[in-house]
Amino acid sequence: MSDTTTAAVSGGGSGPKLTKINEAVIRIAGNSQDGIQAIGGFLARLAGRSEQEVMTFMTIPSTISGGPSIFQVRIGSGEVLSAGDEADMLLCFYQHSYEDHIKSIKLGGIVLYDSDHVTPKPEWQETYRHVGVAISSLVVEAIGGTGRDKGKNIYAMGLLAKIYDLNVPKLTKLIEERFTGKDTSVVANALTCFNAGYSHSLENLLKTYQFYPAEGKTGSQVVMNGNEALTFGLIAAGVRFGAGYPITPWSDIMESLRRELPKYGGMFIQTEDEISAISMAIGASYGGRVAVTGSSGPGISLKTEALGWASMAEMPLVVVDVQRGGPSTGMPTNVEQSDLNIACFGGHGDSPRVVLAPASVEDCFYTAIEAVNIARKYSTPVIILTDQGIATRIEAFPEPDLAKICQDISPDFTTVAEHKPYDLSAPDGITRHLAPGTRVASGKYPIATGLEHDELGHPTGSPKLHMQMTAKRRNKLKKLGTDLPTPKTIGPNEGQILLVGWGSALGPITEAVTRGRSVGDAISGLHLKHINPLPNGLGEIFKGFHHVFVVELNDEGLYGYGQFAQVLRARYADPKIRGINKSDGLTWKIKEILDRARTLADAVQQGKA
Amino acid sequence: MSTLTVPFESLARTTSTVNLPVPAPIADADRKGLTKKETAADHPTWCPGCGDFSVLALYFKLIEKRKIWHEKITTIAGIGCSSRFPYFVQAHGAHFIHGRALPFASGVSLSRPDLHVFVFGGDGDAFSIGGNHFNHTARKNIKMTYCVMDNFVYGLTKKQTSPTSPIGFKSKTDTWGAVDQPINPMKQAVSAGATFVARTSATNPNHVLAMMEAAMDHDGFSFIECLSECVEFFPGAFDASNPRKGGKFENMPEGHDVTDELAAYKLAGEPFPGRFGIFYKVNRPTKNALEAGINTAAQAKVAGKKDWEILQATFNRMK
Ligand SMILES: Cc1ncc(C[n+]2csc(CCOP(=O)(O)OP(=O)(O)O)c2C)c(N)n1
Ligand code: SF4
Ligand SMILES: [Mg+2]
Repeated sequence: MSDTTTAAVSGGGSGPKLTKINEAVIRIAGNSQDGIQAIGGFLARLAGRSEQEVMTFMTIPSTISGGPSIFQVRIGSGEVLSAGDEADMLLCFYQHSYEDHIKSIKLGGIVLYDSDHVTPKPEWQETYRHVGVAISSLVVEAIGGTGRDKGKNIYAMGLLAKIYDLNVPKLTKLIEERFTGKDTSVVANALTCFNAGYSHSLENLLKTYQFYPAEGKTGSQVVMNGNEALTFGLIAAGVRFGAGYPITPWSDIMESLRRELPKYGGMFIQTEDEISAISMAIGASYGGRVAVTGSSGPGISLKTEALGWASMAEMPLVVVDVQRGGPSTGMPTNVEQSDLNIACFGGHGDSPRVVLAPASVEDCFYTAIEAVNIARKYSTPVIILTDQGIATRIEAFPEPDLAKICQDISPDFTTVAEHKPYDLSAPDGITRHLAPGTRVASGKYPIATGLEHDELGHPTGSPKLHMQMTAKRRNKLKKLGTDLPTPKTIGPNEGQILLVGWGSALGPITEAVTRGRSVGDAISGLHLKHINPLPNGLGEIFKGFHHVFVVELNDEGLYGYGQFAQVLRARYADPKIRGINKSDGLTWKIKEILDRARTLADAVQQGKA
Repeated sequence: MSTLTVPFESLARTTSTVNLPVPAPIADADRKGLTKKETAADHPTWCPGCGDFSVLALYFKLIEKRKIWHEKITTIAGIGCSSRFPYFVQAHGAHFIHGRALPFASGVSLSRPDLHVFVFGGDGDAFSIGGNHFNHTARKNIKMTYCVMDNFVYGLTKKQTSPTSPIGFKSKTDTWGAVDQPINPMKQAVSAGATFVARTSATNPNHVLAMMEAAMDHDGFSFIECLSECVEFFPGAFDASNPRKGGKFENMPEGHDVTDELAAYKLAGEPFPGRFGIFYKVNRPTKNALEAGINTAAQAKVAGKKDWEILQATFNRMK
């Protein structure tokens, strides 16, 4: 729990003492059938409905059904930017959950364990405060043996509600809503479990906690994970056709698009492989309305040939890449940011495309819309580079104004006099395709093609045209670059160290800057969401710092810096750009970033790096 | 988080960049079938005598005869000599990548059921690199007409063994003669679940046109294998089916039941040059129709709502 809290103890009447805190990080460990993911869903929704608490929540789904599963939830009164370095509490259901995760809590932290299944170790009892509750048998006592496995999670939530003084009426309502439509006994059992947990006597636990009131959140909040936010962003943007092949963690997006799109008169097709998926999406885009495909890991590799066609033919297209650990099958359920190179440069030939990396769950929603609009405006493929971390994390964010945001992008079939899609004299060299079905009065029809072509799309071997068309495809993206806003630094625009991050690094670097500055580091941050093209003006920002450290979840490569650092080095030829990289498949800990930044800065100053 | 980039400004719907005065559209009834002059685009780059010329000429005939307007035709191909087809047709079209014309065409067909989707390509494109797409497009019965111009060889890359090359064919990759069992396109199509399967030869124009018409009228995935000689790399390959070269063009046997899968399969097994005509034709709901059905059911539940209201209802459940 946050350091500032120790002094602020207020009386809690009889029973446990009440301590005011800013935030708490709770890790819950069990098996996947225990429904512990559901507790996360409840707590996140509670945050969405509360004026005072903000929470974020991270899951690490198990790969094996029925296997160990955990999630970590961070509840706070202020802005919560990352899943938290160390947990304040471990709630564990089994011996293996206890032993595997005890090291994730801070010294002196609380271990709340199911005493029916966990035997505490004496050596750990000295370092951590242990509180045993016979969760399994108490659940049987409350609702009988049949519902035992289903009730443990709700019982545990009751315990947490008591310990952290959570809003009981709101939680009760959420439980009722969750189980509506089911047998009434299901709701009754869930509420019984919750109340049993809530009223369990915690006299051996010394304190309970209460969050400081937060700056009032205004307006209504929605709660979802990054994959869902991306799905709904695409729908709001007007996308009505998609195609894909299942692969974790992308599958959620294709499943929800398959389920949702028919309501809007659209469709999502499950294809025989990823090549077919991107080809089908390109076909639908050619049909007149920008379509989506996506994948993760190896599926992205399979799409590169067709992606090159979309660059060459200048066809609008959105490709979602939910990054996971690579190469090859890699680490399917872990987070990594190692697809930047394939996203920006993957494929043969010079094949420019746009790459955007959303910063948070909320940003997934808006990035999807931006991707669709860039694809249409610049007639180009756009890759959305999200990652496993954002994909599965649940966050509450302000409800978007859908009536304003949702757009109609259906094609216009008005007859034109004549048309040259690859018109070299078009403003900014931007191609416009006619949807088939559109009549061209001149009787000259265009062809969309992957061969180098003339202005109508007919093949050419002319060196001059190849140069002109290559420049045209490049220049329109340069134009986009000049249209992009230069990002602002997080913290002052001068100092010792500038931490640069992209995509999901926003939360961790922002928090690292706050924490570093609070102890006197001259550290600032810079977050990039537009990866290709880059916005202009970054060089000016770099000038204000001695060190520019690019914080990325990928390997440091042969020369000591990661994939994005490589791009920045190529763009700015600035040797002070260096990398802070890791590939352990886990999200950043704030301490990790700060320690590495300080060490690297020292090493550079001593000429050792 | 407060650091979001402002969503991009909303754009106008897709339109042309050329702002010239547009003549009033001609009412459909007053339009004549397009002549060859109106449908021909680039002069074909094929070798003189290549069978593909004949397929193109018959496609023009089909367009004229059936009064399909420029804007309603979409000609799609992958890569190969035969796949250059779309450049030669004055209509909307796309020249995609090797082997993937069918998925591309599926995207067009499913999202734009108002168009006539025709796909042309070679045997390598269809049965080698695109082999799996062939099976899945057939089984899903996605509405389009697919004409494979089968020359038993890789033409564009200059004489390598193709998946339909007969055993013994001497190519640059099998100088001693091909050894692998060739694919039988009729059997492949029937067993994959295609609902219209026909075979013709570029040397018999009337037959090609009849097959194209029947394929176009079929509601589903209609597949035609059209023998089309590569005079450059496999000359004389189809003489045995050409009466002018002393061969025999044999139609389907009298009374062949086109809905009989086993009969089709059996006829497909006859030795080269085999039979010509419709081997198999059944009616099964198209993917297009099945997806439309899913849409109708889903949309009935949200009848009268605007798109944003449907999304709002979903968001209301996520609070
Ligand atoms: C991915 C890929 N691999 C290989 C090629 C080279 N290639 C172009 S066409 C072709 C084969 C053409 O044979 P076929 O499909 O029978 O068409 P034909 O030229 O005989 O009409 C090959 C191998 C390519 N374009 N793309
Ligand atoms: S190489 Fe063969 S298939 Fe290609 S154009 Fe020449 S004759 Fe036709
Ligand atoms: Mg061939």
